[in-house]
Amino acid sequence: MSMRDLTLALLLTVANAPAQAAPEGPRLGQPLEPAAISAQDITVFPDGTGLPPGQGTAAEGKAVYDAKCAACHGPNGAGGSAEELAGGKNALTSAEPDKTIGTYWPYASTVFDFIRRSMPLDAPRSLSNGEAYAVTAYLLHANGIIGERDPINASTLPKIRMPNAAGFVWAYPERQPR
Amino acid sequence: MPFNPKERELDMQNSIESEDPKSESGRRKFLKKGLVLTGAALAGTAKADPPPPWMTRPGAPLSNYGQPSPHERAVIRWVAANTDAPGNGISWTPLERLEGIVTPSGLHFERHHNGVPQIDPAFHRLTVHGLVGKALSFGIDELLRYPMASRLCFIECGGNSNACWHQEPMQAPAGNIHGLASCSEWTGVPLATVLDECGLQPNAKWLIAEGADAAAMNVSIPLDKALGDALLALYQNGERLRPENGYPLRLILPGWEGVTNVKWLHRLQLAEQPAMARNETAKYTELLPSGQARQFSFVMEAKSLITRPSGGQTLPGPGLHQISGLAWSGRGAIRQVEVSTDGGKTWRDAALDAPVLPKCFTRFRLPWRWDGSPAVLKSRATDETGYTQPERQTLIAERGRQGYFHYNAIVAWAVAAEGSVSHVYA
Repeated sequence: MSMRDLTLALLLTVANAPAQAAPEGPRLGQPLEPAAISAQDITVFPDGTGLPPGQGTAAEGKAVYDAKCAACHGPNGAGGSAEELAGGKNALTSAEPDKTIGTYWPYASTVFDFIRRSMPLDAPRSLSNGEAYAVTAYLLHANGIIGERDPINASTLPKIRMPNAAGFVWAYPERQPR
Repeated sequence: MPFNPKERELDMQNSIESEDPKSESGRRKFLKKGLVLTGAALAGTAKADPPPPWMTRPGAPLSNYGQPSPHERAVIRWVAANTDAPGNGISWTPLERLEGIVTPSGLHFERHHNGVPQIDPAFHRLTVHGLVGKALSFGIDELLRYPMASRLCFIECGGNSNACWHQEPMQAPAGNIHGLASCSEWTGVPLATVLDECGLQPNAKWLIAEGADAAAMNVSIPLDKALGDALLALYQNGERLRPENGYPLRLILPGWEGVTNVKWLHRLQLAEQPAMARNETAKYTELLPSGQARQFSFVMEAKSLITRPSGGQTLPGPGLHQISGLAWSGRGAIRQVEVSTDGGKTWRDAALDAPVLPKCFTRFRLPWRWDGSPAVLKSRATDETGYTQPERQTLIAERGRQGYFHYNAIVAWAVAAEGSVSHVYA
């Protein structure tokens, strides 16, 4: 550990000390190389942090969607046994609101992140990054958010403002126990 | 049952002739005789009965892992899953068939987003990275050497009781409506100990927890909870976690909605911002009448329900009955549970069974002398913060009916004159 790292570590310990002292552990954690971390780290943040290389368009995504998603989610993202993804008509203030990607989801990054980590249900992690970008583009286009030929990639995806981006209020932090 | 040598002799002959355990006819005769014995006992006959067959021959051998009595085989989780995806669904704890505060591990509710992974602990590690001093990885055998703590606490799915948002009260056993809540003793390593070993950068504000299941289910957790009472659980009710409860490692966040108690935990990423994962945006958020949605509504507010008598059960007749139920709050200990038998006109304090622990199921009881006329039973819990469980109309006035998650209103059961119990909004 360099002197700079040591100073940083000391600062960090002071800055974020647990509220109640944690019991001391035997310190058996094994250091991780950056490559070992990036192999596991699939989190994508709204600002685009974590997005991989690659890209896709809605036109390209349609073939992937039809082959691997439509059986459960229905043609064009609606009418299947699984979640409605597009085609929402009823307003969020109506008696039967439609909570689709276009009407409800606040961040476009979530679409890519969820497809890549969890979908398709019968073969998660089987799509290439390009296919995941393409299906993301297809669903954003099906919701009228982007054009059919707009490329979706690490640079364009975080710039998309979703229709319901301002639709959420954080309930945390809130009132604390007396 | 008094011992009568003559009867016993006859019984032994019977046994020799008909109770060959290998013979199917013998089994039937045995069962039939059991019924006859029961009948005689019920009739209160003065005739001296022979001892029951389980007292006249050796019992079953010892076993490596005990199972419930075959007479209790109706006490099971009620499973509801997408037929196209049997691993994506839920199973409810049969709360109306259980007593005390601990849920047997095999009856703990389930919510899986893509099945139960069968994890070999030798190949499972916890990675802690992101805004840390040093990224570290921990094996299960290593975590087992860390200081541990145990606590009894409930876990409740954010979507529990969501049928109660419907216009009409669903007629189903209490557990099939409210049984996405269970309570266990969890034992594991305080998360703060592991975070302390890694060190935190000053801008670390959130912890993104991810499971090693086929959904790679992940959620974002504020750092103050992670450094507070969060536990890296390895044990449930004294034994290692069940696969459907996160084996070999589960994050336990006492009092917080079930989805944040990430099962099969394998990665913790310290970050400045939440990930805005699908299960904290598209799901587990509550749409309000205004069109806005509540997000990061982690805490499960105070709630209670009468488990006996409850929907679908029948009171055998007027007389003294024992009302029994559960109360819990994600904000601390239950301070008071009141019970009404007249639909909320008058309330009486129920007795609380010890122990009354924070963020834990609390058992309440009240004897009730039923006069045989129609009655509506309700319970309402107040927690240590002074918050009282709301009436249904109050909750709906505040939240509307499209929130889906975090339903904690008062539950009402109607007892009809003939003793049947049904679910009502009252």
